[in-house]
Amino acid sequence: MINFILNGKRVRVDVPAGATLFDYLRDSEIFSVKFGSEKGETGADSVLIDGKLMNSSLLLLHSLENKSIETIESFSSGTNIHRLQEIFIEEGAVQCGYCTPAMLLAAESLRRENIESSDSDIKESISGVYCRCTGYVKPLKAIQKYLNETRG
Amino acid sequence: MKPVVDIMKIIGKNTKRIDGISLTKGKPVFADDKRKKDYLYLKILRSTIPHGVIKQIDYADALKLDGVELVLTHKDFKSIYYTTAGQGAPEPSPHDTLILDSVVRYVGDRVAVVAATSIEIAEKALKLIQVEYEELPAIFNMDEAIGNSTILHPDKEGYNFVYDPKKNIASNINEELGDVDEAMDNSDYVFENTYSTPYVQHAHIEPHISLSWLDENDRLVIRTATQVPHHVRRIVAEVLEIPINKIRVIKPRIGGGFGSKQEIIGEELCAAVTLRTGKPARLEYTREEEFTAARSRHPQKITFKIGLNKDHIIQAIDMNILQNSGAYGPHSLTVMSVSASKTLALYKSNHVRIVANSVYTNLPPAGAYRGYGAPQGFFALESIMDEIANELNVDPIELREKNYFNEGDEVPIAKVLGEGREGFPVILNTSGIRECLSVGKKYIQWNKTKPNNKLTYLKDGIGVATVAQGSGIAGIDMGAAYIKMNEDGSFNLNIGATDLGTGSDTALAQIAAEVLEVPVDKIIVYSSDTDLTPFDTGAYASSTTFISGTAVKKAALDVRNQILDQGKKILNVETAVIKDQCVVANNGEKITYGEICTKSFYTDHQLQIQSATSHMSYDSPPPYNATFADVTVDIETGFVKVNKIISVTDAGQIINPQMSAGQIEGAIPQSLGMAISEFMIFDKQGRAINRDFNDYHIYTSIDMPEIVAKFVHTNEPTGPFGAKAVAEIPTNGPAPAIVNAIYNACGVRIRHLPITPEKILRGLGKIS
Repeated sequence: MINFILNGKRVRVDVPAGATLFDYLRDSEIFSVKFGSEKGETGADSVLIDGKLMNSSLLLLHSLENKSIETIESFSSGTNIHRLQEIFIEEGAVQCGYCTPAMLLAAESLRRENIESSDSDIKESISGVYCRCTGYVKPLKAIQKYLNETRG
Repeated sequence: MKPVVDIMKIIGKNTKRIDGISLTKGKPVFADDKRKKDYLYLKILRSTIPHGVIKQIDYADALKLDGVELVLTHKDFKSIYYTTAGQGAPEPSPHDTLILDSVVRYVGDRVAVVAATSIEIAEKALKLIQVEYEELPAIFNMDEAIGNSTILHPDKEGYNFVYDPKKNIASNINEELGDVDEAMDNSDYVFENTYSTPYVQHAHIEPHISLSWLDENDRLVIRTATQVPHHVRRIVAEVLEIPINKIRVIKPRIGGGFGSKQEIIGEELCAAVTLRTGKPARLEYTREEEFTAARSRHPQKITFKIGLNKDHIIQAIDMNILQNSGAYGPHSLTVMSVSASKTLALYKSNHVRIVANSVYTNLPPAGAYRGYGAPQGFFALESIMDEIANELNVDPIELREKNYFNEGDEVPIAKVLGEGREGFPVILNTSGIRECLSVGKKYIQWNKTKPNNKLTYLKDGIGVATVAQGSGIAGIDMGAAYIKMNEDGSFNLNIGATDLGTGSDTALAQIAAEVLEVPVDKIIVYSSDTDLTPFDTGAYASSTTFISGTAVKKAALDVRNQILDQGKKILNVETAVIKDQCVVANNGEKITYGEICTKSFYTDHQLQIQSATSHMSYDSPPPYNATFADVTVDIETGFVKVNKIISVTDAGQIINPQMSAGQIEGAIPQSLGMAISEFMIFDKQGRAINRDFNDYHIYTSIDMPEIVAKFVHTNEPTGPFGAKAVAEIPTNGPAPAIVNAIYNACGVRIRHLPITPEKILRGLGKIS
């Protein structure tokens, strides 16, 4: 048995040894985590673990006792939309959208660090999330806008 | 077609992506997001040798494994030769492929398919299959393919569209306009050089993924990440010999394709398993399979010979292409054809010759990739133009400007080189190429002499390349649109056009909204589903805005006219106009769209306001682009840093500036990759050495140079609201602009991509 917090809810599950967080999430119909590669290079499988961006396919579920796991599903409910999601749409930062949930998590993780971020910090924050559609131009602009708004 | 409204309200303005909310919320919109737990998982046993005959396959142990449902080998399929290219019928690509063959032709070729109740069991089963091969000699070098004693595809009954199987030539082009030899002899200057490009990967983040199941009527449903749902339906029907009416293909949201998902390399296997077992089936490529057994850009070796007179006007162009098809020939003919037809449509010359051969080798098959031969062709052309300018000691921009086709010119090559057959005559209606150059020159500060870099081992340089593309395939691409009206004055727009992540659903909604004079959120878009949406050739060849967009515009105009007619009938007036989503009579009486539709449904002159319209065009107007690169070369290490790429595009009237800029910004790193960091390496047995993103490096956020994407305006009369295509053209310019900038920086000419530090140091004479 393993206990963790998934998107704010306490979860207690019995899983076979070797089960990855990625498989668990997709089996639980948390579809925002995406398969990009077995070794996590694309970062499409990203989640936040205690606020830090990590590859869910490289994490064994058994290593997550008492950890807090967040996916993009926790950012909004019903017809509500999180400001970060809204900014990504406004700035045209979404193309195919496959890497978008991971990018949003990366941006949010940076915001929560709550320290002054340079352009290169912002670039660095999504360097683990591959995007083949946008050239990162608009996502970077969107994240900058989000940080400007939320940090005042 | 004349524009209905003089002042456009929606076209040319930013409209938020209509699928933006679902995508940012991570909703289950991609192919794999609908999977239930009772699927059979497919895994493909792939060849470990580059060339050989399968003598025996023993899979008895695999079948005994608990959870293994089915193993399929070549013995389970009839010999129906087809192409995986996913083109319109009849496909011009060589029909040289079987679903499973008794011969393997590259490391990674298909040997058998396992279907099991989990991925883990399927993988375990693969290891239990014993294959005995009779190995054959293999060809890895495309220079050695023609006339080699090893033949990849000995002529067989059923082969079709293969140019010369006995010589390993998959496809061939041999055309001449005028008399090239004589014109070369009469030229004052003749330049000749050879250039080459490597195998590069699409690297879409979502891999190939297909799901299939039987619906309640036992019809086969295929939910797949495809750019060509209608071609998938036709080809699966053909290779599995089932009627088209028994198949439904659904295209959900796609996680990037760039041409790779035009290939049909999974749907047929899922379908075969579902039809045999009655159970749902799923096949997802691993990342390694994407690198080793999906598709890539065709490597080409191109020789250009160009003759000019003393005034630097081009007299003759002789183009020779040797292209590596890999083990099979998807897109082999048409990619070369585009390499030639797009490059030879940029500079005027009365004497033009193209000789091109695409050859079979025992390496992974190449396929369609954004730009489709044009990136290779323009790498060569724009490199040699730079070399000519340097040799003649003239400004490379002036040399180009002397030689462009102009508006009103006939482009003769278009008539000769069509989609694997003769094309159609083209008169150039719009060309913004000169303006693209003048805008780009300002941003790069072309005429300003740069100060030397303060650090003497760093050399700065700038370079330019000018490029063209097409807008759809003339005389072939066809798209259809269906629009129906609802009681609240909204409209369903159902299109076969396939949004693969580009935002085409939004662009097409904008076109419909502009004509119908409603906000974009009144247009409900559904694409694409072979049961519910009309035909479209699919998302390739930069066709969606130009072809499908015109179909949408026609359907919207028809619906608009019906609204006006119904409105007049209901108001009982002779004349009226459309204004603010109402039909307004001269006397001021008016009726809203919603009321018109409601009355048309239930009470007055009853009918459904609706239209289904198609569009095909004999025109494929070229978008143009000028790309400038700013680089720094470290002459101690040979390392090249790209500082800035400026990409200025004439895509006619832009439908959505923000999304169009997104196309440019996304295409540039793909070309940067081809120039600098992306290339497949094969060992002596033809095995790919780089099989993951650690060894195959695509641009990440921290690698990116500064990107400047700008547009110039033209109004193309053959496109919807004056639009031309935008998706592929920005892929053509960066690589040649970068090599030209490197020459400008340090005098080293790179003719063979990728640009590596070794090649720079060799060029500088620092290593041998």
